[in-house]
Amino acid sequence: MIALIDYGAGNTASVSNVLKDLNVEFILTNEKKEIDRSEKIILPGVGEASSAMLRLKELELIEYLKNTTKPFLGICLGMQLLCESTEEGNTDCLKLLPITVKKITSKNLKIPHMGWNSIKKINDSKLLIDVDDNQYFYFAHSFFVPQSKFTTSVCNYEFNFSASIQLNNFFGVQFHPEKSSMQGVTIIKNFIEKC
Amino acid sequence: MLAKRIIPCLDVKGGRVVKGTNFLNLRDAGSAVELAQRYSDEGADELVFLDISASEEKRKTLLELVKSVASVLRIPFTVGGGITSVDDIFELLNSGADKISLNTSAVENPQLIYEAAKRFGSQAIVAAVDVKKVDSSYNVFIKGGKEAAHLDGLMWCKHVVELGAGEILLTSMDKDGTKTGYDIPLLSELNKVITIPIIASGGAGELFHFYEAFSAGADACLAASLFHYRELEIINLKKYLHEKGVPVRI
Repeated sequence: MIALIDYGAGNTASVSNVLKDLNVEFILTNEKKEIDRSEKIILPGVGEASSAMLRLKELELIEYLKNTTKPFLGICLGMQLLCESTEEGNTDCLKLLPITVKKITSKNLKIPHMGWNSIKKINDSKLLIDVDDNQYFYFAHSFFVPQSKFTTSVCNYEFNFSASIQLNNFFGVQFHPEKSSMQGVTIIKNFIEKC
Repeated sequence: MLAKRIIPCLDVKGGRVVKGTNFLNLRDAGSAVELAQRYSDEGADELVFLDISASEEKRKTLLELVKSVASVLRIPFTVGGGITSVDDIFELLNSGADKISLNTSAVENPQLIYEAAKRFGSQAIVAAVDVKKVDSSYNVFIKGGKEAAHLDGLMWCKHVVELGAGEILLTSMDKDGTKTGYDIPLLSELNKVITIPIIASGGAGELFHFYEAFSAGADACLAASLFHYRELEIINLKKYLHEKGVPVRI
């Protein structure tokens, strides 16, 4: 059983559809006891960071998520929330990775970074099994997780940033695997079967 | 490298795809869900659905359509047409749409862009702007091109960026349906004044037109009938662009 966290910030329909395609049992929930009954957790994310953190706080999920030992996949904002803090709404995040999420700033770049971009693997991760370098994934974001020792693949938008990260049982992807055609489905399948 | 996007647009009415010339003369082009699936298989990067129906049942039909499309599609899609409130936007995003396009409602209530971007993020909000050249300036039109908004196109685009729109879908009404190419001077002008992605729309008729629009600063190119009637295959278009040195997802 997978717990897909519904905290009002996510496009949960698209992730749900992929899980249905894969015949995976899942529950759309924001309740601690349901999450605790599941084997794995997916934190989707579209929306704004400070309101997402506020919502997690209201749901009393922050401490639980920080301390979980279950395999955890954060998508887009869901990945950024694994960091220490973010420049988006200047808010504290879950503080699992000692990293600050930054705003993309460049006079020459269109912001948001919107569309299909390729990724390059730089560290082994079970999440990226059968994913080849230079495959395209769908990105839609204005803030990024800088490259660090936790980065497992990078994406380039005139500078490198984390396309995926991992710290122990915590996995994160900046792109939207649920919107990235078959290669995106592979990522979700890897999380379910291999992580 | 970030790829330039090819976006088929599906004007829908009661779940069917229709396409007009210069916003008139509707022709039926098939089931929306089937076409969506076909485009995804053929390599479309995104899809746009514009609901042009005006019936009472409109909102319900649109939500049903979004749900059906989301259940088969694994690429992003935008939904537009008659969306007037943050609650409408929430329902559509919650049903599986990735982005919402606002046109008339944004002109009538610019605050809607601000509120929607704040709640759902800029990446989910597309400002659709229809312009027509009047003398030497580009004027904004609303209500499917029927009514002048008394706004300057470039100024309005700058304003929607300030309000928080994440993308601009710019349609040249002069070019729409003519197949004589996108409005290149308009795209170049807009590209100079805004910093968010631009989707060029109106006028695509052949391969070169796409190359021209990307060279003028478009981040994505939208077309409808050209793809619906298979006058141009997406895969051939992408091969052509790739050979011309335009980054595309193949």
